[in-house]
Amino acid sequence: MSNETKSAAAHTPSRTAIWNNPTFRSLVFQAIVLISVAAFFVYIVNNTLTNMAQRGISTGFGFLDLQAGFGILMSLIEYDETHTYGRTFFVGLLNTLLVSFLGILCATLLGFIIGIARLSRNWLIARIAAAYIEIFRNIPLLLQILFWYFAVLSALPSPRQSLSLLDLFFLNVRGLYLPAPQPEAAFTAVGVAFVLGIITSFLIARWAHKRQDLTGQQFPVLLTGLGLIIGLPVLVFAVTGFPLTWEMPALQGFNFRGGLSVIPELVALLLALSIYTAAFIAEIVRAGILAVSHGQTEASFALGLRPTLTLRLVVIPQALRVIIPPLTSQYLNLTKNSSLATAVGYPDLVAVWAGTTLNQTGQAVEIILMTMAVYLIISLLISTFMNWYNKKTALVER
Amino acid sequence: MKTLTSLAASASLLVLSMGVVYAGTLDTVKQRGHIQCGVNTGLPGFSFPDDKGKWNGLDVDVCRAIAAAVFGDAGKVKFTPLTAKERFTALQSGEIDVLSRNTTWTTTRDSSLGLNFAGVNYYDGQGFMVKKSLGVSSAKDLDGASVCIQAGTTTELNLADYFRSNNMKYTPITYDKAAETVAGFDAGRCDVLTSDQSQLYALRIQLKDPGGAFVLPEVISKEPLGPVVRQGDDAWFNVVKWSLFAMLEAEDMGVNSKNVDDMKANSKNPGVRRLLGLEGIGGKGLGLPNEWAYNIVKMVGNYAEAFDRNVGTGSKLNISRGLNALWKNGGLQYAPPFR
Repeated sequence: MSNETKSAAAHTPSRTAIWNNPTFRSLVFQAIVLISVAAFFVYIVNNTLTNMAQRGISTGFGFLDLQAGFGILMSLIEYDETHTYGRTFFVGLLNTLLVSFLGILCATLLGFIIGIARLSRNWLIARIAAAYIEIFRNIPLLLQILFWYFAVLSALPSPRQSLSLLDLFFLNVRGLYLPAPQPEAAFTAVGVAFVLGIITSFLIARWAHKRQDLTGQQFPVLLTGLGLIIGLPVLVFAVTGFPLTWEMPALQGFNFRGGLSVIPELVALLLALSIYTAAFIAEIVRAGILAVSHGQTEASFALGLRPTLTLRLVVIPQALRVIIPPLTSQYLNLTKNSSLATAVGYPDLVAVWAGTTLNQTGQAVEIILMTMAVYLIISLLISTFMNWYNKKTALVER
Repeated sequence: MKTLTSLAASASLLVLSMGVVYAGTLDTVKQRGHIQCGVNTGLPGFSFPDDKGKWNGLDVDVCRAIAAAVFGDAGKVKFTPLTAKERFTALQSGEIDVLSRNTTWTTTRDSSLGLNFAGVNYYDGQGFMVKKSLGVSSAKDLDGASVCIQAGTTTELNLADYFRSNNMKYTPITYDKAAETVAGFDAGRCDVLTSDQSQLYALRIQLKDPGGAFVLPEVISKEPLGPVVRQGDDAWFNVVKWSLFAMLEAEDMGVNSKNVDDMKANSKNPGVRRLLGLEGIGGKGLGLPNEWAYNIVKMVGNYAEAFDRNVGTGSKLNISRGLNALWKNGGLQYAPPFR
């Protein structure tokens, strides 16, 4: 009733045709776009499947259960030729994750050191840092990977002439060989003590922080923490009667057997990725620190804080909010760049899964789709984590 | 509004126009004026660009022969260098018309990749190359060795089979390209380089010290290598298959690039006359000119000539004919009758 009278009075809605209604129109257009996009994808998928069937190319994911029949250089999970193609996916994935994780760790550490070094008042240190950044940032990553790989390989001796340290560690062209710890059953207690140590130190740190806020009294958090995290497990280790034996690497036939080995492919890739990405991270760190007004430092000095404390408590927390967003993209780059592993034979996801497995099965569409999905998921996970961390470190304005 | 409508219209047009009807490869090739041929990125004797950038080799000659048959001009080929990993996708996607890249004929490849093997231009077998300093004389002594291989090959599978069946352990180091495999072997990253025997001889030339390495006597697999085409295009399949057979038949008949004109003018042998298109069905069934096989022999030569020039006695590789001799000389090479 009221609607009718209103519209009659205003003379607008009844006269305007529905297709001239902006809301309606925008809805319709959005629906049309959505439907055409969906139709486009349905068509593409259907087209691909039809064409592949026509040409006699097998499709589907049945191949995942077939026996792979080829060996892989390095695997974090149990693998040999008798395992399935599906398993090769996980072998490759874990190797990718390993090198990405280690790479992110090393690149961040190195990047922060060099970034801060570049701002040093010491002329030489600042110049060296600048030279590092300009050199490694401007050489293509693939060249760096190949350089490290073949440089490392040609510098190292053959297995029979290995460099050895105390006959425990051996270094040769096949890799670095270390004694492998062989924990016995009682060793679990040491692990428990270690976890317990971490939890207690965390709680102590929180308590100390609160107490300092309330009373101004400081507590030696670092020392007690270290004591708990390292001392407690060592104590338990001794009490349980050292339940750990070491498996020594020994030269047998052509190579060293037993022990832990780090393959040169991993080392070369890790070196190249960390050194390359660290150059970018260093610039990001420098930008972040320079973004903090110098007044902050001066104010901090005026309050009587020492330079290290100023850096730790005043400058870095404020710099972090500038640093973290671009740092996230460097982490993503590093992860994606790790796919260059295939050039030096490191068995990452692209080399094993999108390389050998693809070629043996010929199922390019399925395998490439899975590979792309994996990189997408890893990237999204990293950026979700970094966004969460960014929110946490962002300056809370009051 | 207007832009949106036209956008939608063009989008739907795009979708409609994508229902491509695939013409036969032979017609496409004829229209395009050249053959797109996938070859190895660099394997002396099989496909290797010389200092002027011209491709040479036994696999390359197969492509030249097809071009001679189709166009009467062996030069109408463009080569796409491919790694082992890339090769099948390149053929499946239509980037190349024929793959002639020392590719082993296996059940999986023939049946589930949508491909057809058009014959065998080289019978090979997998072997091992080791450095003399290693002090090994048999593949059975290789327990625990590190082995350099090229990714995406049957070699990877044979290697695993061989070590598993002999109850030995090995460490595979898998590279993308032959050049890196050689570099890895040179640097001592591996004790053994494994590949098809013909390739081992070719790769040995590329080592820093070729004399310091040798090929072990064991042959651990059958590797029939041949040209590959897409499945479901029989006309093109026939052209490729019979181009290869023509080279074999020419050798069988004693026709080569030097005497082919003389033979064409004077030979009374009906087999030779049928091969050279003077009698019989000629190129009608294949959709080629009658002198297609004549063109192959004239421009590329018969199989013996191609073999000697690229991998045999006339080349650095100096490989004997062995299994690749004609059937009547105790080898496996055999062409069905031309009639």
